[in-house]
Amino acid sequence: MAGTDLGPAGTRPSRELRAASNELAGLDALDTHQGARTSLRRVLSGKVLPPAVAVALVLTVWQALTWARITDDYMLPPPSAVWHSLSDLWFRGTLLDVVWTSVWRGLSGFLLALAIGTPLGLLVARVKFVRAAIGPILQGLQSLPSVAWVPPAVLWLGLDDSMMYAVILLGATPSIAGGLVSGIDQIPPLFLRAGRSLGATGLRGARHVVMPAALPGYLAGLKQGWAFSWRSLMAAEIIASSPDLGLGLGQLLESGRETSDMARIFLAIVLILLVGVVVDLLVFGPLERRMLRRRGLRP
Amino acid sequence: MATALINAEHTTALARAVRIEHVSKSFPGPAGPQSVLDDISLDVAPGEFVTILGASGCGKSTLLNLVAGLDTPTAGAVTTEGRPALMFQEHALFPWLTAGKNIELALRLRGVAKNDRRPEAERLLELVRLGGAYGKRVHELSGGMRQRVALARALAQDSRLLLMDEPFAALDAITRDVLHGELTRIWAETGLSVLFVTHNVREAVRLAERVVLLSSRPGRVAKEWTVDIPQPRRIEDADVAELSVEITEHLRGEIRRHGWH
Ligand SMILES: Nc1ncnc2c1ncn2[C@@H]1O[C@H](COP(=O)(O)OP(=O)(O)O)[C@@H](O)[C@H]1O
Ligand SMILES: [Mg+2]
Repeated sequence: MAGTDLGPAGTRPSRELRAASNELAGLDALDTHQGARTSLRRVLSGKVLPPAVAVALVLTVWQALTWARITDDYMLPPPSAVWHSLSDLWFRGTLLDVVWTSVWRGLSGFLLALAIGTPLGLLVARVKFVRAAIGPILQGLQSLPSVAWVPPAVLWLGLDDSMMYAVILLGATPSIAGGLVSGIDQIPPLFLRAGRSLGATGLRGARHVVMPAALPGYLAGLKQGWAFSWRSLMAAEIIASSPDLGLGLGQLLESGRETSDMARIFLAIVLILLVGVVVDLLVFGPLERRMLRRRGLRP
Repeated sequence: MATALINAEHTTALARAVRIEHVSKSFPGPAGPQSVLDDISLDVAPGEFVTILGASGCGKSTLLNLVAGLDTPTAGAVTTEGRPALMFQEHALFPWLTAGKNIELALRLRGVAKNDRRPEAERLLELVRLGGAYGKRVHELSGGMRQRVALARALAQDSRLLLMDEPFAALDAITRDVLHGELTRIWAETGLSVLFVTHNVREAVRLAERVVLLSSRPGRVAKEWTVDIPQPRRIEDADVAELSVEITEHLRGEIRRHGWH
């Protein structure tokens, strides 16, 4: 610390200056807490083991039920039959195609909903007139089952991919916009005042203060938006199967029903569930964890 | 006696860091408009350190918001030299940014070129003696450190006027004491004008060249003191204590006036 300490009444002795500096350093050291890193073992035993046990348990119960012959194999196929169905699809080379067709539709529809829902949410949250005009409708649309959009979408757009995207958009956009609106509504007013006094107004305010401050609500909306995208897509794929449409997981499920192939139905359901879980785990989980950790809301 | 009573008249043609002219502010209440500030006139000279003292709820924050331009007066006018920097009782740092990036955001919004931001942020952190805190997250800092980063961020606005709304009220006494020293040092180094709001009489006397006492309901300028105790002062100095006792008497008087009805 160089002696730049010129008070209005002259210099202070440098000993006093050093004392003040040491005092500060002492206070800082006493009052700062260190975060601990989690070890790999803790992650394995805390995060990986419990779900593995749960899955094993479900499989055991399932197997036990089929052994106990509580009903026909036709009604409740054993796990092995589902496994055969899976390997059959795999060796015919269609498994990845089927999964990818649906995932691609789901993700690109979701990204489209993101691109529309984000500015829409900003507008609703920040412009009084827009909020009064479409806020309640947006709220209502969030609880409308998106299957309801399938019949009109089929009639408007015909049986092709654009119909799928329309259903996803109508299902996911309200959630994404709604999440952003509630995220913005929950911003502590202090942040907005601090932002304004720093000169962050208008679009700069939206970019540097409003959007990052609203991130927790926004992420929750995105998560729900993805869930809705995936659900609406499956509804659309199950209802609207046609040879013109690529074969997706929904169509796989529907073809299982048409041929009374319960193993295939089970397989389709498991795959649909798995995609939802994996996207949540690989995309939203890390995003959310990173955000919470950065803000000190979680260790 | 290190005090002198002065007139509230500063009617010179000199430039002012802050000029508050006959400002009144009322808020809509259940029984019609509620007057919070009534006909306040107050100037701050360039480079001057003024504290506004008053009981809780007397309208100190309201007045500071008016000066900061975050709100508009019901009557009267506030003029400042450029846009003032503002510091709150809560640090108001953005938790999604590191300490250094909080400062860089202020620099960026001020229009500082990208390459100059990092060195400038580090210089400001040095100024508040937090040289190593650039990459620290807000939640990793202690209360005192957060307020120092907030001070550095306010200084990053390169405003000639710093407004402070009870910035040390939530800190423990020792930390507050040390930060008083830091603030007077930085004030002297930078030549800023400071308008500092507090309800703590000793703090007001410890820091300021001039103490302005506000009355409550409605807030008016009740009395002013110039403090000519030389810096560096300490909060436990006899001169500081003596003037504090006198000002406390007046503050008590203001509060007592509301104990009747
Ligand atoms: N936005 C507002 N609307 C209504 N009343 C307010 C508002 N802001 C402050 N007040 C009232 O004005 C008075 C002064 O508040 P404030 O300036 O925060 O006091 P201080 O900072 O001196 O403690 C309080 O009685 C408070 O209730
Ligand atoms: Mg206040």
